[in-house]
Amino acid sequence: MSPLKYILQKEFKQIFRDPAIIRVIFILPIIQLIVLPMAADYEIKNINIAIVDRDHSTSSGRLVHTITSSGYFRLVDYSSNFNQAMQGVDNDKADLILELPQGFESDLYARKETRVFLAVNAINGVKANLGATYLRTIIQNYNNDFRVAVLTPGRFNDLPVIETTSSNWYNPKMNYTFFMVPGILVLLITMIALNLSAINIVREKEIGTIEQINVTPIKKVHFILGKLIPFWILGLVVITIGFLISWLVYGIIPLGSYLTIYLFAAVYLLVILGLGLLISTYAENQQQSMLISFFLLMIFVLMGGLYTSIDSMPEWAQWVTKFNPVAYFIEVMRRVVLKGSGLKDIRQPMLIMLGFALVINYWAVLSYRKRS
Amino acid sequence: MNNKVIIVEKLTKIFNGFTAVDGISFEVEKGEIFGFLGANGAGKTTAMKMLCGLSMPTSGKAIIAGFDVYRENESIKKNIGYMSQKFSLYEDLTIKENIRFYAGIYGIEPKVIKTKTALLIEQLSLEKEANMLVKQLPLGWKQKLAFSVAIFHDPQIVFLDEPTGGVDPITRRDFWNMIYEAAAKGITVFVTTHYMDEAEYCDRVSIMVDGQIDAMDTPGNLKRLFQAESMDHVFLQIARKAKRAE
Repeated sequence: MSPLKYILQKEFKQIFRDPAIIRVIFILPIIQLIVLPMAADYEIKNINIAIVDRDHSTSSGRLVHTITSSGYFRLVDYSSNFNQAMQGVDNDKADLILELPQGFESDLYARKETRVFLAVNAINGVKANLGATYLRTIIQNYNNDFRVAVLTPGRFNDLPVIETTSSNWYNPKMNYTFFMVPGILVLLITMIALNLSAINIVREKEIGTIEQINVTPIKKVHFILGKLIPFWILGLVVITIGFLISWLVYGIIPLGSYLTIYLFAAVYLLVILGLGLLISTYAENQQQSMLISFFLLMIFVLMGGLYTSIDSMPEWAQWVTKFNPVAYFIEVMRRVVLKGSGLKDIRQPMLIMLGFALVINYWAVLSYRKRS
Repeated sequence: MNNKVIIVEKLTKIFNGFTAVDGISFEVEKGEIFGFLGANGAGKTTAMKMLCGLSMPTSGKAIIAGFDVYRENESIKKNIGYMSQKFSLYEDLTIKENIRFYAGIYGIEPKVIKTKTALLIEQLSLEKEANMLVKQLPLGWKQKLAFSVAIFHDPQIVFLDEPTGGVDPITRRDFWNMIYEAAAKGITVFVTTHYMDEAEYCDRVSIMVDGQIDAMDTPGNLKRLFQAESMDHVFLQIARKAKRAE
């Protein structure tokens, strides 16, 4: 009988006797998948705005009302003093200042033109950017309404206006959870798989059992497979729990087939676990391997295309993402879940992942040395 | 020649310019209990690790159980048992599970594992504890168990690195009885120790100082040579020459 059987038995027994591992496998996915998507909402609400109204006219009042009733802004200061508003920005109480000049209304009617001034607190870049964009849209709409209401139709027709109507393919309601949850699930299994495998062999080094193993005629491939297979199965269990939660909590059911995702996940897990074992063979102790896997996870997550779009990265960074397994899985996951892609459509990332799996696991077997 | 299960010639290990083992040579015969003595840091463990195939020698020759340490490392491993200074059974597995695991990776038939395990547990009188996790056992029992696991696959040679460290005198006596039994079955025992009373139990001892073997003979001859009444005095005379810091 193959020694592999005995190694697997031993690994499974140890895993199921470790309450920490069981907790990580079952509780972590539930908490992460329920809490994280709420925090990772891209829509920004509660932007604090300070309005300096030097006009105090009906028109300026209406604009202020339109802004505050949009739901995105919270009016924190309303005065006719710019310095006071600026103080709000200094104290971090206001994100935006909108200044409506004296004569706002009269200029609009008389000169058909007026200027408003917008100052943005750019400490929080995302908030500043989005806030300014929202505000510009609101002002533009207000402008259009004003034209329709005030200007004579005859003159208005002289100016051609292009209006854009967009429809969102594959995610018609632009529901961000559909976009984020599958990606977070990828991060989740990556984290669990990498951490568990990265501390495994190194733990045997610490307690000294590795020496006893190394003095047996065990084959290196058997040893690595014995470490890989149990976590591979656990990884697939975690994905299943993840899909269950996605369905129960968010109603997400992949448009494509689960089989496609599981096939890709099976290969993907080999890559991540192989990487963990590789770290584990090089590290001297658990701290070292945790630090290395944490470092890799940071890069994987930040360059994985979940929180920042890969297409908008500089070219060198896009090249880096080509070596990031997380980026491939997030891409595949979204394509299968939202677009319904099948095996044929994901052939290329699948082949790349297979290549990664082969190289990394071969490397892990080589780097595991029975003799120092 | 056929009776020599360990042949070592000028075996050397250098770590980054530090010569841990400096050209040691010796031979051990089949069934012999060979005591490998030396102060802390003398290079005993490093030498033993080279013989077990855990550490690559820098130079020199070593033939273990008829196999060359450089080329036939994995063949050596089938024929030796090893018990390290650090306790190396899995504490989160039971006694039976530990035996089963190590026996399994040596490729012993499942049926044989079963009968031999039952026999071993009876010999150690661990029937009640057989399904207990190893971490719940007292140290002395753990050491006896570790030794039994190390010779479970009937190796030609068993290497023991300070097997009785921290163990009470009664258990040590039991342990040495187990060593004698193993030797009687033809297993060669290669043992390091700090207890000089244990050195007296060996057929032959060598004493290492600063990476070299300074003396090697039967305990009786060594005592005569150094005009000492016990191995303790022999050891003190030799080990005091050490220049290496611990």
